[in-house]
Amino acid sequence: MKSKIALAFQNCKKEKRPALITYTVAGDNTKNNSLKILNEISKHADILELGFPHNTPIADGGQIQGSSHRALKNGIKLKDVFQIVKKFKKNNPDKPIILMGYFNLIYQKGENNFLKSCKLSGVDGLIIVDLPYPENKNFAKKCKKKSISFIQLLSPTTSRERMKKIVNDSHDMIYYISMLSTTGGRLKVSPKKILQNYNTIKRINPKKNLVIGFGITEKTISSLKSANGLVVGSMLCKIITKSLKMRQNPVTKLAKVVYNLRNKIL
Amino acid sequence: MKLKIRKNLALIDQHDKNFMYGGKFGGNFIPETLKKPIDDLTKLFAKLRKDKKFLKERDHYFKTYVGAPTPFIKLDNLTDHLGGAQIYAKVVSEANGGAHKIYNATVHCLIAKKAGKRFIVGDTGAGYAGKMLSMAAKKFGLKCKIFMGAKDIKRQRPNVEAIKKNGAEIVPVTTGSQTLVDAVSECMRYWVSNCDTTHMCVGSTVGPNIFIKICAWSTAQISRELIKQINDEFGKIPSKLKLINCVGGGSSAAGFWNEFMNTDAEFIGVEAGGPKNSKLHAAPLTNGSKIGILHGAAQYVIQDKEGQIGSTESISAGLDYPGISPLHCFLKDAKRARYTSANDEEALSAYKLVSGLENISPSLEPSHAFAEAIKLAPKLDSSEVIIVNSCGDSIKDKDIIKQKLGSYKR
Ligand SMILES: Cc1ncc(COP(=O)(O)O)c(C=O)c1O
Repeated sequence: MKSKIALAFQNCKKEKRPALITYTVAGDNTKNNSLKILNEISKHADILELGFPHNTPIADGGQIQGSSHRALKNGIKLKDVFQIVKKFKKNNPDKPIILMGYFNLIYQKGENNFLKSCKLSGVDGLIIVDLPYPENKNFAKKCKKKSISFIQLLSPTTSRERMKKIVNDSHDMIYYISMLSTTGGRLKVSPKKILQNYNTIKRINPKKNLVIGFGITEKTISSLKSANGLVVGSMLCKIITKSLKMRQNPVTKLAKVVYNLRNKIL
Repeated sequence: MKLKIRKNLALIDQHDKNFMYGGKFGGNFIPETLKKPIDDLTKLFAKLRKDKKFLKERDHYFKTYVGAPTPFIKLDNLTDHLGGAQIYAKVVSEANGGAHKIYNATVHCLIAKKAGKRFIVGDTGAGYAGKMLSMAAKKFGLKCKIFMGAKDIKRQRPNVEAIKKNGAEIVPVTTGSQTLVDAVSECMRYWVSNCDTTHMCVGSTVGPNIFIKICAWSTAQISRELIKQINDEFGKIPSKLKLINCVGGGSSAAGFWNEFMNTDAEFIGVEAGGPKNSKLHAAPLTNGSKIGILHGAAQYVIQDKEGQIGSTESISAGLDYPGISPLHCFLKDAKRARYTSANDEEALSAYKLVSGLENISPSLEPSHAFAEAIKLAPKLDSSEVIIVNSCGDSIKDKDIIKQKLGSYKR
């Protein structure tokens, strides 16, 4: 049986467009609002990444740090993250959700317990920022057994040889980091160059779903639309920050932005 | 389960293929982007440490630039005052710049040159790691950026000024607790974005495995000197010898103990206990913190049940860190070293006593180690020897000392 993530990509391919993948942080700016945000943006996004915040992130830029900080200040715990997923899935059973975060939270909960909670709440995939290949092999296997996609990351620094191994061992989705940057940096590489690297990876195994993330905004998204999927994260976190500052409702604001993003890649 | 330390193998090399010590400490929990730069650095360092020319170069700079050997002196007045064990100090604060951080900084700059890098970045808490990196960077012609918590910038002013004078840029870190832990995170994040042009120096024996190795390999100079000095003084290694060192990240302790690994010398690490009546501290080993992942490595670390890194507090900026080197976690679980803590007040009174009686002026970090020596010495026989690593100079703490003790004399 095909996973929900694989089905989402299949649908997008049929419609000849990339999958739109959003990233927001669970609990930003409240538990309720982050659920409402998921409900709203899922009308336009194909796959939803949901961050479980950590207070000592080594690869996040200012925007996502800000979102994580707000969520943690509100007392968000892992059990709340799973609650949010579960509630979302009740109304949107087919929309894939990917949790993204740092390994220490999984380590403290225990890998098996963590995966059990993922399964019970309906999580479809995991991105663990600080658990690279091959150190992630064991955990990735455990995920596969539970039919949860472990999403491998590739970066401009990843060697050819390493790429081949990672692509070979990958599940339903691979994430290409567009440039040397933490999340939220300005796109400092030309879309042409990014797509060149993208195509090199694609050629290793054209069947694998490869998405591009980091530095993608309203301005840059259409130039990358030949990819299988595009992730927008920091820009969304920034909009939440901005709308809170201006006392606007972050939920409606975000829904509009994601709608616009979707229109840019049709 | 008691872990085993292998003889005939350097402590830094006692990891498995996943770079874990004792199967559970250390490793490389890093973003994909850093895999290649860390691999490259690992290979380069493996080559350089076997390269006779490089070793000669290192020794040359340790001698002419750092100032090797640093003095080894008996603290007669303190010994008489306490009336027990004989107390000695290895006065590492006499090294160029005023602390042991110069060893790691010098080696990193040499490596950065070999790697063809023109930029170097580093973290700092007490400001010594930053001061030394800025000094060495200037000497070796590298452009330098130092990440430092905003709270530490305020409390370690003299070192901040030194960093600026050396022409390095200070980047104030205003996230989280605005101390060392946040400076290291921010420095690592900067490296993720700039690893193609920039070399990173981690200021202690923490972080991804290669940084632990380079740092401990560099500070090992301290015990290479000391073992000779001890033999000159006593004719042999005393049978009852205690080597006491403060531990923040653990780089001075690792260097102070390295050459004594296969001797009977007792190792005592002293963590920062924090203010006397506070729940906050920076002593994960003393207080039984659980293993977690911080800055790319598994280690005992102050954290909550969920795995969020916990707040710390210490009067000593250099020890004010929630984690501890995987090397020390390994030494603790192998029962080769024992760890305890001294609180802020104990460190301050140790500073007062030592600097009053002796011709040395230890900073608040080694004052924690002296606090333990002061507790132990009266209970011991005069045939026993205590050596404290006086690894930093108090000048950087003059504001704090003036505020707490009323005056700072030099
Ligand atoms: C003088 C001095 N001692 C000790 C430390 C603690 O670091 P480590 O445990 O790595 O020696 C510092 C750190 O800044 C320091 O400046």
